[in-house]
Amino acid sequence: MKLFEYEAKGIVSKYGIPIPHGELADSPEKAREIAVKLGGEVVLKSQVLVGGRGLAGGIKIASSPDEAYDAASKLLGSTIKGEKVKLLLVEEKICFEKEYYLSLTIDRSNRSLVYLASPLGGVEIEDLVRKYPDKLLKISVDPLIGYNHYYARQVAGFLNIPREYWRELDSIMYAMYNVMSEYDAELVEFNPLAWRCGGGLIALDAKILIDDNSLFKHSELKEKYGRELSEYEKKAKELGFSYVELDGDIGVIANGAGLTMATMDLILLHGGRPANFLDVGGGASRDRVKEAVKLVVSHPRVKVLLVNIFGGITRCDEVANGIVEAIRETGLNKPIIIRLLGTNEEEGRRILSSEGYSVFSEIDEAVAKAIELTRR
Amino acid sequence: MVILVDRDTRVLVQGITGREGSFHTKLMLEYGTKIVAGVTPGKGGLEVHGIPVYDSIAEAVREHGMIDASIIFVPARFAAEAVYEAIDNNIKVIVVITEGIPVHDELRFIRYAKYRGVHIVGPNTPGLMVPGQTKLGIMPSHVFKPGRIGLVSRSGTLTYEVARELSKHGYGVSTVLGLGGDPVTGLNFTETYDLFASDPGTEAIVLIGEIGGDAEERFAKYYKNLGDKKPVVAYIAGKTAPPGKRMGHAGAIISMGMGDYGSKKNALEKAGIPVVDKPSDIPNALDRMLKK
Repeated sequence: MKLFEYEAKGIVSKYGIPIPHGELADSPEKAREIAVKLGGEVVLKSQVLVGGRGLAGGIKIASSPDEAYDAASKLLGSTIKGEKVKLLLVEEKICFEKEYYLSLTIDRSNRSLVYLASPLGGVEIEDLVRKYPDKLLKISVDPLIGYNHYYARQVAGFLNIPREYWRELDSIMYAMYNVMSEYDAELVEFNPLAWRCGGGLIALDAKILIDDNSLFKHSELKEKYGRELSEYEKKAKELGFSYVELDGDIGVIANGAGLTMATMDLILLHGGRPANFLDVGGGASRDRVKEAVKLVVSHPRVKVLLVNIFGGITRCDEVANGIVEAIRETGLNKPIIIRLLGTNEEEGRRILSSEGYSVFSEIDEAVAKAIELTRR
Repeated sequence: MVILVDRDTRVLVQGITGREGSFHTKLMLEYGTKIVAGVTPGKGGLEVHGIPVYDSIAEAVREHGMIDASIIFVPARFAAEAVYEAIDNNIKVIVVITEGIPVHDELRFIRYAKYRGVHIVGPNTPGLMVPGQTKLGIMPSHVFKPGRIGLVSRSGTLTYEVARELSKHGYGVSTVLGLGGDPVTGLNFTETYDLFASDPGTEAIVLIGEIGGDAEERFAKYYKNLGDKKPVVAYIAGKTAPPGKRMGHAGAIISMGMGDYGSKKNALEKAGIPVVDKPSDIPNALDRMLKK
């Protein structure tokens, strides 16, 4: 789960990491008021969860409280990459000479934590990794040992930070480590971490991702979970499905994440476009299947539904009954293509055939048929 | 020959009294797995499908002697504790079925296992199975026929799909191992390949990857520089997955510029590993690699 910038900054400043003074504004009046308090010149930053908000025009600089009012009027209520701006973080404008990149994240392949540092602050980490790997320092952290202070000297050397500021960098990096472990974060990122005019470090932006699996330990964060989701994704989450909305017209329901992705990929391979990813999970009952079918079929973009079940713990007859009930209850009239295999396959086929559905054993054939139907 | 476990492996089930634990204990016993004991704290003295339950692993070991492997069905918030208990009782292969374990817990117990010379399969895995011999997992047994293909995968049902394609074309499986769907796992493709490489019963390997992380890319790099190697055929799921979204598995996410389909396919193909477009193409690719 991603936190808003103001939430991330709230957390890191509690751990002593320097950030600009600032407050939240939900109206142009409030933005003007904050600008007055901060001395006139401010930066207004849209609080959205999508990435790349700067390039999308979500950040404005104002040199007076009236300009702050105008900028806030434009930003509030605007949409950035589909996300509506409801809050602005209004901050003092910081004079800086250099921007660095500094983060602590999880190194999946090394099964450790890793600090990433680069003198190219402001560049997205995606580009740092791809285009400037030699400008990226990685320091691996043993999860059983934790933070070592020498990491900071290594980073300081790489970033050319003067010796009298090593201690400051060290306390920032140690604080990042503490945030990472105490909040069960997957990422604590400052991009940029700026070098102030006259010296000293300050986090101009902050990003924190929390591990979804650890939310049971963090009740204050748990309530926030799911706010970045679309309407359908929210519904799916309430029902307990893994669901991701895509932009095609063939609805997909399958069991298991890998099989669901493979089903989507086959649709693309055969020339169609999947409308969603929905994994009903293992051992899905007829009620769960029913809810899944209702959810996917009710999406206006879906023209055809493709169900792909490899029954192991999941029973094909339960799946069949779920499909039949969903259609009976909603009266929705969209074609459904079903591929059933495995446990109680015969019974599942019988239930579906008697209702007039076509059932396939081979997934390639089922996908081809589904695509054909979208073209009618 | 096989990897990690065989028909003589003496197995413990942790979380044996739970719904999943008890259900799969029954299926594993039916398959022939040598389950010697189960553990659920507070439920010592019970029996599950004829298997005695203990409060701690230490007690189980006292009663039954050395235990070779454990399979864990314990709920996510207690799973790390269960893994430490198994490691500290000198169990050398630990299969963690549990889904939803906090990643910082996983980082710590996986590292600890490594220092103690223990193999962890998973977490969030369908498990490990040697067709015709033993099963430490939740996969539907009938799909996997004994044979000479090593199957290593990041997914569950997709692996069953692939196994079905293999048996349709007369290929059987030497060992099937699910790495697990989480961002960090006890074994990766490279380590599992090495296990298969030293198993004379494995002739070729089918690798089933998915988007997220760079385990496939790292394996490709490793494989490319090997002198003597066994043929590998790969399939990668998630070509249509958008960046930044978790596709069911916690580990199936394209993030920080890493883990997309194209990068994996390129890396594998550069290493001489064919990456097929669909699961049903795997047997043909194997035919070509094995010149059948």
